[in-house]
Amino acid sequence: MKFVDEFRDPEKALALAREIRDVVASIASARQRPLQIMEVCGGHTHSIFRYGIGQFLPDEVEFVHGPGCPVCVLPMGRVDDCVALAELPHVIFTTFGDAMRVPGSKKSLLKAKADGADVRMVYSPLDALKLARENPGREVIFFGLGFETTMPSTAMTLIQAKAEGLRNFSLFCNHITIIPTIKAILDSPDLQLDGFLGPGHVSMVIGTRPYEFIAGHYGKPITIAGFEPLDVLHSVWMVLKQIADGRSEVENQYARIVPRDGNVRALAAVHEVFELREFFEWRGLGSIDHSGVRVREAYAEFDAERKFPVPNLKIADPKSCQCGEVLKGVIKPHECKVFGTACTPEMPLGSLMVSTEGACAAYYNYGRIDTTGLKRKSMPLEVESTL
Amino acid sequence: MNDRVSGMIVASEQGLRRRSGKLRDTHINLAHGSGGKAMRDLIEDVFLGAFDNPVLAAMEDQAVFSLADLARNGDRLAFTTDTFVVDPLFFPGGDIGTLAVAGTVNDLAMSGAIPLYLSCGMVLEEGLSVEVLRRVVASMQRTAQLAGVTIVTGDTKVVERGAADKLFINTAGVGVVPKDVAISARNARVGDVVIINGYLGDHGTAILMARNQLGVECNVESDCQPLGSLVAAMLAACPDIHCLRDATRGGVATVLNEFAESSNVAIRIKESALPIREEVKGACEILGLDPLYLANEGKLLAIVPAAQADRVLAAMRAHPAGKHSEIIGEVTKEPAGVVVLHTGFGGQRIVDMLVGEQLPRIC
Repeated sequence: MKFVDEFRDPEKALALAREIRDVVASIASARQRPLQIMEVCGGHTHSIFRYGIGQFLPDEVEFVHGPGCPVCVLPMGRVDDCVALAELPHVIFTTFGDAMRVPGSKKSLLKAKADGADVRMVYSPLDALKLARENPGREVIFFGLGFETTMPSTAMTLIQAKAEGLRNFSLFCNHITIIPTIKAILDSPDLQLDGFLGPGHVSMVIGTRPYEFIAGHYGKPITIAGFEPLDVLHSVWMVLKQIADGRSEVENQYARIVPRDGNVRALAAVHEVFELREFFEWRGLGSIDHSGVRVREAYAEFDAERKFPVPNLKIADPKSCQCGEVLKGVIKPHECKVFGTACTPEMPLGSLMVSTEGACAAYYNYGRIDTTGLKRKSMPLEVESTL
Repeated sequence: MNDRVSGMIVASEQGLRRRSGKLRDTHINLAHGSGGKAMRDLIEDVFLGAFDNPVLAAMEDQAVFSLADLARNGDRLAFTTDTFVVDPLFFPGGDIGTLAVAGTVNDLAMSGAIPLYLSCGMVLEEGLSVEVLRRVVASMQRTAQLAGVTIVTGDTKVVERGAADKLFINTAGVGVVPKDVAISARNARVGDVVIINGYLGDHGTAILMARNQLGVECNVESDCQPLGSLVAAMLAACPDIHCLRDATRGGVATVLNEFAESSNVAIRIKESALPIREEVKGACEILGLDPLYLANEGKLLAIVPAAQADRVLAAMRAHPAGKHSEIIGEVTKEPAGVVVLHTGFGGQRIVDMLVGEQLPRIC
């Protein structure tokens, strides 16, 4: 496929893998403990497992799978709120498909739908707006979810709804912002991260400047990375090169998409509609200051939290669930007590098992390689195949 | 009584004779399922007219066929059923009628059976256009003819508006398995070769595009086709085919997992060998789908002994339903029960069973 195959070239991958080995060999600290690089974004986690990128890295380099999967960090209480809204009479509750299966304390949206709630999967908030136009007698609620990647389209939809004077459309806003969470992770005492792969699509909107504190204040190298396998390998090499050179900078590997100042128009729409919340609850990570946004007063009539009764209960994660430790990189997904037993993609206990971008689901679907006899780490770079 | 007199038996200048039913309504109503005249007209006009064969025309409550005739084809019966609820009813490359025949024919053929007879049960929603029904029935007949099967018995029910969505079809099928053919998902052996008869994921992509909800356009047609004669050609080339299954819902990944699990072997497939159309690859990239899990309706996976692989492949490529056949992988010992994909990028990953529903009402 044009413009895609170029980024999946196995020859180039092997060449990069050799470069990575050479750089790692020059980093003295890598001999004491493995270098840990956090990929912040769930899209990267998915690529890493889908293409087996870990197999190209030497033992001295490890990925730590970060919190950048919006579905995965959604706390149970918010899912319960969704269900409560969806079960109100006359409501059509609209959501992206991957949020349907996230478990709440009593049920998921999928279960609520089976029980009779009118829950519909949409591909864009504009689809929800269309439903509102077509069903003037019903209340259409859109479940807004995601980082700055999806925030602009939700904002534009509210601006559009206001322009049209629609009265039966509202947003249940669960948009979150990644920067305060990266800061919280960096402040966490049990962490030994050596560098970051920065999120590509978020950065397409916010640009590269918001990450400067990571390199400056915390002295950690960060490379904004694309999602094709060569992008990821190349970005890993760039982070390692910074470590080897004793530098900590914000570098942009994904310059074909990410401008330094981001998308100015998208940001303007976001600021028009949203303001920071005091704090927002993240599954596994707890409450993080200024990490979520809510609808501004000017758009109050489109805010489901103002328009409808939302229970807003805080529900503790299941005790056996170790999503938080996985999210912080303290343990690997398969080291969780319930991984693959009480918690599987079919019957997810923790949210990391739900979305294909969740670290646990990715491990389970693509990477249960150690347990099935394929030696992940010890596999030779020139992957042998009799095919 | 009046109905009976005016509908089935009419007095005319030629004398007393049965009039063949003529359906004048443009839309289905509850009377068409009532068992009375309207239903009779529907059956005679729409179904008997199209399916046109002596067994059905006898209008008995069952089809009866001679055991001796059946036994000439083999020594075991194969029997299967499938229900079709695809949305939309019509899509590029086929419709619910082509699916309903090809789907059941293919389920029979995957045992190596020669498909012979089909039943056709229909659930019609009140308000369905008769024109739509006629088009679907015509497709069923066309596909049955192509597959060499006869639709010999049927049933029609009409339900109130909203109790079903337009049209659902159930078909059951009977076929005969030739002597000495023993195909089973348990039969994969280490060293065997995996073959597919063409492009993956066309049906799933065509349905997705036909629903037109995504604002993405691409010209992919469903691969919906009967595979009976392809299987016959394959068996002629190699009577010792080990495993055979059509990759419908859940796609190629699901079938390979079934083989790996049932036979307790590993199946290793090579991403670069998978035949996938550029349009399907593109749609999958944009929508975040994996072609390995997309539904097909005219694709089979065969596991054959390595020594016979070239013969089978040549026979498949010589058949219209197998022009784009490829060897896509092989059977190894470890890791048992697992499907491993060797990615084009040079890594390896597990290809697991599909969890949840990628797309509802695909067939």
